[in-house]
Amino acid sequence: MNKHLLSIHDVTAEDVVRILDTAESFREVGTRVIKKVPALRGRTVVNLFYESSTRTRISFELAAKRLSADVINFSTSGSSVAKGESLKDTALTLQAMGADAIVIRHASSGAPLTLTKWVRGSVLNAGDGTHEHPTQALLDLYTMRERLGRLEGLRVAIVGDVLHSRVARSLSFALVKMGAEVTLVGPPTLIPPDAPAWGVQVSYDVGAVLPKLDVCYMLRVQRERQRQQYFPSVREYARLFGLTRERVGMLPEGSLIMHPGPMNRGVEIDSDVADLPQSVIEDQVTNGIAIRMALLYLLLGGSGAEAGEAA
Amino acid sequence: MSRRILLKGARIVDPAAGRDEVGDVLVQDGTIGAGDRAAGATVLDCDGLVLAPGLVDLHTHLRQPGREDEETVETGCRAAAVGGFTAVSPMANTDPVADNAAVIHEVRDLGERAGLCDVFPVGAITRGLEGAEMAELGEMVEAGVRIFSDDGRSVPEARVLRNALTYARAFEGVIVAEHCEDASLVEGGQMHEGFHSYSLGLAGRPREAEEIVVARDLAVARLTGGRLHLCHLSSAGSVEMVRRAKAEGLRVTAEVTPHHLSFTDEDLRSYDTNFKVNPPLRAAEDRDALHAGLADGTIDVVATDHAPHAVEEKEAEFDQAPPGTIGLETALAAVLTHLVAPGRIRLARAVEALSTAPARILGAADHGGPIEPGRPANLVAFDPEAEWVVEAPFASKSRNSAFLGRTLRGRVVHTLYRGEPVVADGKAQR
Repeated sequence: MNKHLLSIHDVTAEDVVRILDTAESFREVGTRVIKKVPALRGRTVVNLFYESSTRTRISFELAAKRLSADVINFSTSGSSVAKGESLKDTALTLQAMGADAIVIRHASSGAPLTLTKWVRGSVLNAGDGTHEHPTQALLDLYTMRERLGRLEGLRVAIVGDVLHSRVARSLSFALVKMGAEVTLVGPPTLIPPDAPAWGVQVSYDVGAVLPKLDVCYMLRVQRERQRQQYFPSVREYARLFGLTRERVGMLPEGSLIMHPGPMNRGVEIDSDVADLPQSVIEDQVTNGIAIRMALLYLLLGGSGAEAGEAA
Repeated sequence: MSRRILLKGARIVDPAAGRDEVGDVLVQDGTIGAGDRAAGATVLDCDGLVLAPGLVDLHTHLRQPGREDEETVETGCRAAAVGGFTAVSPMANTDPVADNAAVIHEVRDLGERAGLCDVFPVGAITRGLEGAEMAELGEMVEAGVRIFSDDGRSVPEARVLRNALTYARAFEGVIVAEHCEDASLVEGGQMHEGFHSYSLGLAGRPREAEEIVVARDLAVARLTGGRLHLCHLSSAGSVEMVRRAKAEGLRVTAEVTPHHLSFTDEDLRSYDTNFKVNPPLRAAEDRDALHAGLADGTIDVVATDHAPHAVEEKEAEFDQAPPGTIGLETALAAVLTHLVAPGRIRLARAVEALSTAPARILGAADHGGPIEPGRPANLVAFDPEAEWVVEAPFASKSRNSAFLGRTLRGRVVHTLYRGEPVVADGKAQR
């Protein structure tokens, strides 16, 4: 494995299998009464969050704590960042404090890669701008493999604002890497024109795609995109591209509905649909902790083989 | 200056005289002297060196007044001299903006005080670069301005550009230079729009944003009969439009930067902010079209767009960093490395594009050759084969170079400005 996880391009297909297998051995820890193992005792993990994201930060914090690491949370409010300190100076400070791993969430694409120039520890990208969100993609892969038993050959649609979605980028790259068949679906204004070069299909018709899917992955649509005229209205978006109660019946039996959260119920997904048994959105959240435990463990020097022991 | 210098045994490449041969050049009292009076002169052995007219940059940012922390007229002129330039044209986007004769005089005076190369300030087309009201072009012409530009942005309305191009016809040899990018299509954009921008998650600046403005500006040039210059072309489509406009007989010239000739959008995969420039580095097919355009004369000039920025501003998140790379000290080497060495253009064409053509466009009669007795001794001698690695420190006050760490071929050895060796053996003399 690379020292850092900045992009899905940093991991090979073999790495992905190792990460998912390692997560599986950590998954069980979360079901115990005492949800803690000593694997990273004495190591320091910093959560450096330049964008508010309660879900991802808590997931990383829990993952690090369950591995017995010391966890420090740096966020835009209540630290020097709010006073206008540069990324470089913050990085040098964390370096001086001896951070072994830095988990960074940032609104600027590429900020995690830039951070690696100034710190010696491992850097984990927890979402950068409209670039990538690799840990989300890995937890999604984990959830698909857990539920459907495989990744190769799975037919997955990623529906919504692909253009601005770091989740869609990482998930597309990861699924293609593992041999799945990916179709990006959404209004043409929100699909990158060069997307076929990623090895994916493109469709503008949800109805035509749904009957052939193993996984229907819905992306959050930001209302701001309407103001920027990517589509005429939220109502029309929901009609044309939302996963409605009517449409959900077109999905084959046994297929999954996924969403990275937080959901806009009634926009990209109907409220009832989000709560159907085939919706595995809560599993995604639970699995996120195990995946992040696995990544912290592997990046900070554990080998996959010892993880069973560590757990 | 009474000192006499004999530049001995150089390969003299002088496109203005159609000359490319080994010979000696005597410099005396700031001018080229007659060769038969060389006795007693200091001899500079130029064996293996190319001697050419000093380079002329049509597109420079010297940041003074306003951002003296990034560059001053003096440090910028020193960088120019180290790069073999004997004349530069600082753009108008200073603070205050060079949209009036007072600022033009100030910049020109600072240049004269530095005494390292000639400084020909560019005046703004519109007041405050705001794109609305025409600046007092006539007063600035009286102060010596030959080029007007709102560089950094296009004149937003065709009507304003029409009036500027038409009004400027009152002044002999004055040109209007445009930065071509449609503002609405590049808003928020960080790099060339294409496969790499989509993969990197950086908002795009499509090549069509440039082509739309190039097409409009050429149409306005046709409408007015005005003298138009297009700055830093970056797209293959723009090159083709200029080619056709020239065939049609429009009074248009164009420039390209060394970085657009050397790099592509793939280089941004590192998120290195030194590759963030406007217009952006484009795809390989665009770069190849720029090479072809420079070779066949569609693109007249190589201009640096030397854009110094403070370290702390460039050492930032990609979308927070300002666009621009410094270029004065690497321009000649970049052209020699990426165009002359691979045989895409001949050495004489490189000298023409870096000296003779920009001197002609600028109306800088003392520059660009010919290297003949009685002419001002603005000269550069360079070793076309010497390889060197680009690294800080630079003579420029800034170090945001897209070429950092690259090995380039071709190095300036001597720069003579009005007969004075301001650079000798590759080192600035003051």
